Amino acid sequence: MNAPAHGHDHVHDDGGHHHHHEMTFVEKYIFPTDHKYIGKQYLLTGMLMAVFGGFFAYAFRMQLAWPGSDIPLFGHMSPAEYNAAVTNHGTIMIFWVAMPVLIAAFGNFLIPLMVGADDMVFPRLNRLSYQIFLVSAIVIVASLFVPGGGFGGAWTAYPPLSGDSAYNLTPLGSSLWLVAVALEFVAFLVGGINFIVTAMNARAPGMKWTDVPMVVWMICIASILFMASVGPLMAGAVMLLFDQTLHTGFFDPRQGGDPILWQHLFWFFGHPEVYVVLLPATGMVAEVVAVHSRKKLFGYKTILFTAVGTGVLSFFVWAHHQFIAGIDPRMANIFTITTVLISIPIAEMMFLYIATLYGGSIRFTTPMLWALGFIFAFLIGGVTGIPLGASGADIYLHDSYFVIAHFHFTFFPIAFIGTFTGLTHWFPKMFGRMMNETLGKIHFWGTIIAVHCLFLPMFVLGLAGHHRRIYDYTNFPELSTPFLTNIGIFATVSLLVLLAFQFVFVFNFFYSMFKGPVAEANPWKAGSLEWQCPSPPPHGNFGEHLPTVYRGPYEYSVPGRDKDYWPQSEPA
Amino acid sequence: MAEFIPVANTRSASGVPTGKLALYWLLCSEIVIFGGVLASYLMHRLAHPEFGLQAAHTNVYAGTINTFVLLTSSLMAVLAHSAAEHGDGKKAAKYLWFTIAGALMFLCIKAAEWTSEIQHGYTITSSPFWSFYYTAAGIHASHVIAGALVMLWVIQSAKKNKYLYRVENVGLYWHFVDIVWIFLFPLLYIAK
Repeated sequence: MNAPAHGHDHVHDDGGHHHHHEMTFVEKYIFPTDHKYIGKQYLLTGMLMAVFGGFFAYAFRMQLAWPGSDIPLFGHMSPAEYNAAVTNHGTIMIFWVAMPVLIAAFGNFLIPLMVGADDMVFPRLNRLSYQIFLVSAIVIVASLFVPGGGFGGAWTAYPPLSGDSAYNLTPLGSSLWLVAVALEFVAFLVGGINFIVTAMNARAPGMKWTDVPMVVWMICIASILFMASVGPLMAGAVMLLFDQTLHTGFFDPRQGGDPILWQHLFWFFGHPEVYVVLLPATGMVAEVVAVHSRKKLFGYKTILFTAVGTGVLSFFVWAHHQFIAGIDPRMANIFTITTVLISIPIAEMMFLYIATLYGGSIRFTTPMLWALGFIFAFLIGGVTGIPLGASGADIYLHDSYFVIAHFHFTFFPIAFIGTFTGLTHWFPKMFGRMMNETLGKIHFWGTIIAVHCLFLPMFVLGLAGHHRRIYDYTNFPELSTPFLTNIGIFATVSLLVLLAFQFVFVFNFFYSMFKGPVAEANPWKAGSLEWQCPSPPPHGNFGEHLPTVYRGPYEYSVPGRDKDYWPQSEPA
Repeated sequence: MAEFIPVANTRSASGVPTGKLALYWLLCSEIVIFGGVLASYLMHRLAHPEFGLQAAHTNVYAGTINTFVLLTSSLMAVLAHSAAEHGDGKKAAKYLWFTIAGALMFLCIKAAEWTSEIQHGYTITSSPFWSFYYTAAGIHASHVIAGALVMLWVIQSAKKNKYLYRVENVGLYWHFVDIVWIFLFPLLYIAK
């Protein structure tokens, strides 16, 4: 193959591109091409969208606890508003909070730093990715305020309810919802290509594939999973949009279409999507566990293979969401087997994290607490998935609060505990200041206790027969006994406590950003490359001399050395 | 704003040039998008033999001519690549113009074909077959348009003998667009 004109022959002496001209405010903050600022844009947009997602959760939990009452800051909630609230809570939390923060914010910030590059391989494409994402965020928020209200057909958007405005009564809201989701997919396809190519091609000299920090691997595997799974849903989104606007009949049985087809297209994406957000979170937990227990990550390659194994298996489990949709029971058996199988690599991964802790010199810093909290809470989410994966048990449990409790015990650890793990760990690198540890620990204990009090009662509600789409249980006397009503109220109060503790975090985050103690380059004494440049890293990250890598990222407590860490870029 | 090319962009740890590597990943994502369309179509098609009756109303001649037009335009893209390999940017640009001409001819034939079909009452809402027919071919046509626009952009630098590697990359994309049509043509037109 011919070497391209832009080959690497003129690279190493090329310092000429480091124009250290003063960037204007607009260049630096509004339309940046610097991966660190794009990462922060994603982070702050994701945090802002979390306010919407959290507010919806607050509103519909209040309605469920005290049906028909006036909800402070919201007012009376109609059934249509309830449906729009649960739909957009789910959609926003997954597509506009978990994905931008876990993949895009941390991926953008960490990948070039951790592989020893000065930026992403395509900085302007990176900026375009954020801009498309921002448009998608504006569209989803706008869809809540159009005539007819926001879309209320659940985040899975099953037709025929989602396909025909005669059923869903939100002609504009449902189409805007679909457009927003499709735009968000485009943003993450563009961003994902950038992540994968950066990690594949822009690694520092000497960095072998086993020297790449685990979180970079995880974000890249997640990007590949996303890319390989979202295509059919992109096609499905076009088809559903045509059903809505042109009245084609792809998913309309009256016109010869097939509504189950959408469920296949959606869940072929939807199940890998769980791992798309899970893997970056586990990657951050891996980094934190190794750094804060001063021990080499146990079974680096095994963790990597379990992640790949999980990713591959995740393409063969989707129909476990459709056990009661009329699929062939023989097929249900096969999907039960694959679903139970997928717990093996993920459980293996968690064991390896615990094995990393074993014999380590553990520091109970805030990021470490979050990492341990992740392993604990995700365990509950994992084991409650097994009865749902078994098709026989799922016939009873399907669409009940047991399902809600199960997937919130997976998604809450992923989207929030994982994010807090990463944010508290990399905050000094991002903003050059330390977060307050006391406030961090108050926030940790408040959050972790409240979230268990919020979701554990829902297992009981689900087993008792509470269905996830019911707006008001007072019409079902056998399901609104004093016991069930009271544990529902207990869950709602726990949510209020959970939300109240987030103000501690928001205060700590913004106060520390401006007033926290100035952080040194390597406050946690970590070995990976991002800690070897100043905090926060300047434009171009490592200055004129990009690092060369001599060893893996987890060389802690190596016998015979006076320091207990060994930076990747330090010559032997 | 001054164009900033990071060192990251010029590295090639995998051995594959960065632009080409990104293009391969782009094609991977495109394969699953068209894979989704085709898999949905095939599921319907296998469950509904009456699709064949509808497919009999498609214009196989127009489809065949279009197949030849696209294959010829792909040949032009290969010749452009060959010229670029020899460092002749002007010649590469000339062949890319021929490729664009092929794209335009494809779109014109497609437009004439659709006009006639719509006039005969076969619209996107007529039946699931026609919905798939217009949607799948429409998504493909949008890729033809996108490819032609990117080629216009590549020509601007290639004719100045700059960034000649882009000629190969846009050619790879064009072959992909071609291959998608090779799948669509028998499935939509010929299979009865």
